Amino acid sequence: MVSLTINGKVVRAEEGEYLLAVIRRMGIDVPALCDHAAVEPYGGCRLCMVEITKESWDGWKNYVTACLYPAEQDLIVNTHSEKVIELRTSLLDLFLARNPETPLIQKLAADHGLTKTSFEVVPEPNDCILCGICTRVCDEMGFAAISMVNRGHGREVAPPLNEAPPDCVGCLACAQACPTNYIKFEDIGTTRKIWGREFELLTCEKTGRPTITREFAAFLSKHRDIPEEYFKVNDEAHRDELASTMGRITRWSVQEETK
Amino acid sequence: MRIESEKQLRDYRKKLADADKKLTKKIMVCHGPGCLASGAEKVSEEFEKQLKRKKITGVTVGSIKKTGCHSFCEKSPLVAIEPAQILYTRVKVKDVAEIIEKSIKGDEIIERLVYHDPHSNDAIPKYPDIPFYKHQTRIALRNLGKINACDIDDYIRVGGYEAAAKALLKMTPEGVIDEVTKANLRGRGGGGFPAGRKWKSCRAVESDVRYVVCNGDEGDPGAFMDRAIMEGDPHTVLEGMIIAAFAVGAKDGYIYVREEYPLAVVNLQKAIEQAEAIGLLGDNILGTDFSLHLHINRGAGAFVCGESSALMLSVAGNVGEPRAKYIRSVVKGLWDKPTVLNNVETYANVPMIIANGADWFTSVGAPKNAGTKAFSLVGKVRHTGLIEVPMGTPLRTIIYDIGGGILKDRPFKAVQTGGPSGGCLAEQHLDLSVDFDTLTKHGSMMGSGGMIVMDDRTCMVDVAKYFLSFLVSESCGKCIPCREGLYQLHKLAIAISEGRAQESDIEKMEHLSEMVVTGSLCGLGKSGPNPFLSTIANFRDEYLTHIRDHKCSAGVCKELIKYEIDAEKCDGCMACIAACAFNAISGKKTKPHVIDQELCTKCGACVAACTREAIMVL
Ligand SMILES: Cc1cc2nc3c(=O)[nH]c(=O)nc-3n(C[C@H](O)[C@H](O)[C@H](O)COP(=O)(O)O)c2cc1C
Ligand code: SF4
Ligand code: SF4
Ligand code: FES
Repeated sequence: MVSLTINGKVVRAEEGEYLLAVIRRMGIDVPALCDHAAVEPYGGCRLCMVEITKESWDGWKNYVTACLYPAEQDLIVNTHSEKVIELRTSLLDLFLARNPETPLIQKLAADHGLTKTSFEVVPEPNDCILCGICTRVCDEMGFAAISMVNRGHGREVAPPLNEAPPDCVGCLACAQACPTNYIKFEDIGTTRKIWGREFELLTCEKTGRPTITREFAAFLSKHRDIPEEYFKVNDEAHRDELASTMGRITRWSVQEETK
Repeated sequence: MRIESEKQLRDYRKKLADADKKLTKKIMVCHGPGCLASGAEKVSEEFEKQLKRKKITGVTVGSIKKTGCHSFCEKSPLVAIEPAQILYTRVKVKDVAEIIEKSIKGDEIIERLVYHDPHSNDAIPKYPDIPFYKHQTRIALRNLGKINACDIDDYIRVGGYEAAAKALLKMTPEGVIDEVTKANLRGRGGGGFPAGRKWKSCRAVESDVRYVVCNGDEGDPGAFMDRAIMEGDPHTVLEGMIIAAFAVGAKDGYIYVREEYPLAVVNLQKAIEQAEAIGLLGDNILGTDFSLHLHINRGAGAFVCGESSALMLSVAGNVGEPRAKYIRSVVKGLWDKPTVLNNVETYANVPMIIANGADWFTSVGAPKNAGTKAFSLVGKVRHTGLIEVPMGTPLRTIIYDIGGGILKDRPFKAVQTGGPSGGCLAEQHLDLSVDFDTLTKHGSMMGSGGMIVMDDRTCMVDVAKYFLSFLVSESCGKCIPCREGLYQLHKLAIAISEGRAQESDIEKMEHLSEMVVTGSLCGLGKSGPNPFLSTIANFRDEYLTHIRDHKCSAGVCKELIKYEIDAEKCDGCMACIAACAFNAISGKKTKPHVIDQELCTKCGACVAACTREAIMVL
């Protein structure tokens, strides 16, 4: 354990634990757009920047991303210094030039007093904030079906060669993790469409409703040792089953007590 | 044969030196990047062909050395005759017979082929007397122009691998680190971080595996120092890495070579095989229990791959994109193991430090900036080429003595150092000494060693715009300050160059720059606003003229200039009419011509065509 000071309060943290986790535990709100619980920190959005110093640094300050900076003994952190807020505001000004119509960005910018970017809006703006969550989640799942392509300002999320990605299993992890709902998909009946591909959804033996794609089920049973039977019912049916079991247990324990 | 002791190395060296002494004359044909591009290979082939036929005592085909860059690229192809130190410039295949006849068989100097002083027109046959060479000191580039580029015997003959033998057989790893620390060898890849300190921290980390890596990505446009070393003296890179690996305790090393340098890959690979064959690399080097295996990686072709975290990811086979981390790579680098990353030129200095000692090294250069630095001197100077000067050399010496002054004796305006994210220094900085600390203090940086000289016809807004556009396209795009911030800076610079900006835009750019510097993830973004910051610091008036008066005083920004023909000077030769692809110029023979502003696209073809300087830029 180490002890450090955040916004004037002394707190304890695991050595090496990232500052963002400690800050959040204290209930302090720091924007962090590229952070996602399922994946390693990335350091792309730069919004979680905080000011750090130490007694021994002779007044020298550094600006680091809280999502990646490990907690250290005697560190003094300021999450909302004047300079930090100015930095965040400028970053959001740049975000607004790239994603002017994106509600998530509009809201954060408004919190920092910005309603309009002071820069030139990029040609053909969209809702992708290039946080890389989708591609990292897909990598983490083990598919790496989509990735960041092109350098610099032309960067975008895309499947290889911009064609329907052969490695995609239609698990929807990317779309569900995307903070701006930029990734489009469609479930119609037992057909799922995403990234230009079409998947067949298995149906639940109990409810008759669609569960997951055949490819995803095959993957999970092959690589994650989940019995194939598990996918014959959907989550809802699993939940129903669980709820009725719970109900039975509750009724049973109440009976036991009253006995 | 394997060399397994210092004595064996010394004996072998003596044998090579004795054989070499039998050659009374040597013909050094430069096979550096510049000379190869202008036909050096044909010249050396011709020498070979003719020497095979002729019998000259003391001269054989072995007298021909295909060397690394001799330095004076502007005069390529170069041929030096040793030991007389005669330098022949712009040598053509048809000159070969005459050189053999007069300077190899005889001792005559062919005046037509030697360097002539541009002012006095005096012939200066010996290269050490040429100002371009006189002010140089060669440590890292010591063997370029002196030995066969890819020949371990030649390298050993001039003392190669002696430093490695000294380190491995007579010194402790700590002793090596101390020596390099005392020599104050600072990283030549740009940052100037002390190599000794880096090695020490790496060795101090508890780990079963450590790596040494060589940064040969050389992404700065126009720079070719590292290329010249890798192609022209690959063994010095290997020897530097052997010493470093011994010092930190690494068993494997990687050389990351820029994609565009296939010859460097070939020569390094050959060098590795040659060194392994005689036991100077691989298992049990020099008969000791120290082993090092070196591997070559081809770069991924992106500027940002030269950045340390991106480079290490790329070596490990991942996408070469900078990784945000606050743990240094000496602790967690390649495959998360402690790793020393140094630049090609940094490694090239190491054998000399070990062989001659730290005191010798610090006797060259400036305080806290020991040794030399190599530069590729390009732009509007009379003499361009690959140079190496003691640190602390004034910019003026480099530009006026070595570089021979500005082309056509036009006024000097600025010198850009430090690569695309370096900075521009102005006239008032000409007496500054060139070292890491001075350049940084004045808003530029050493970078890996590009030096571009600019004359009065260079517009500084245009320069900023050019480098920003390079960085915008080379930014990896991972973090927003660099990706979007540099993009917006570039857009604003375009607006200024087109006369669409307001004065407040300068302030906006300054504010944005500060944010990009503080907020960016890696060194590319952190130094990305430099092209703007250093030009605005030294050339603010020029920016203001663009904004307030809609004028580009250098006559570069197309939107702000127009071409007109000076009727007094025009003799009506019609050359400009022929040159204009847009039929914008009219006029009769011997009568002054006129440019139709509506049709003129400001391509500048007429200016180039006019022999009387009658076309004015307004
Ligand atoms: C965008 C970027 C590009 C770089 N390119 C190079 C390069 O081409 N060659 C190089 O030696 N160092 C380059 N560097 C510096 C390296 O990150 C690193 O500091 C250097 O290789 C360390 O070696 P040294 O201490 O011997 O200079 C680059 C840095 C950045 C931020
Ligand atoms: S698509 Fe969504 S998750 Fe993926 S990078 Fe864009 S905003 Fe982030
Ligand atoms: S600073 Fe630029 S090059 Fe470096 S990580 Fe950020 S976007 Fe990529
Ligand atoms: S959460 Fe985006 S940089 Fe830290």
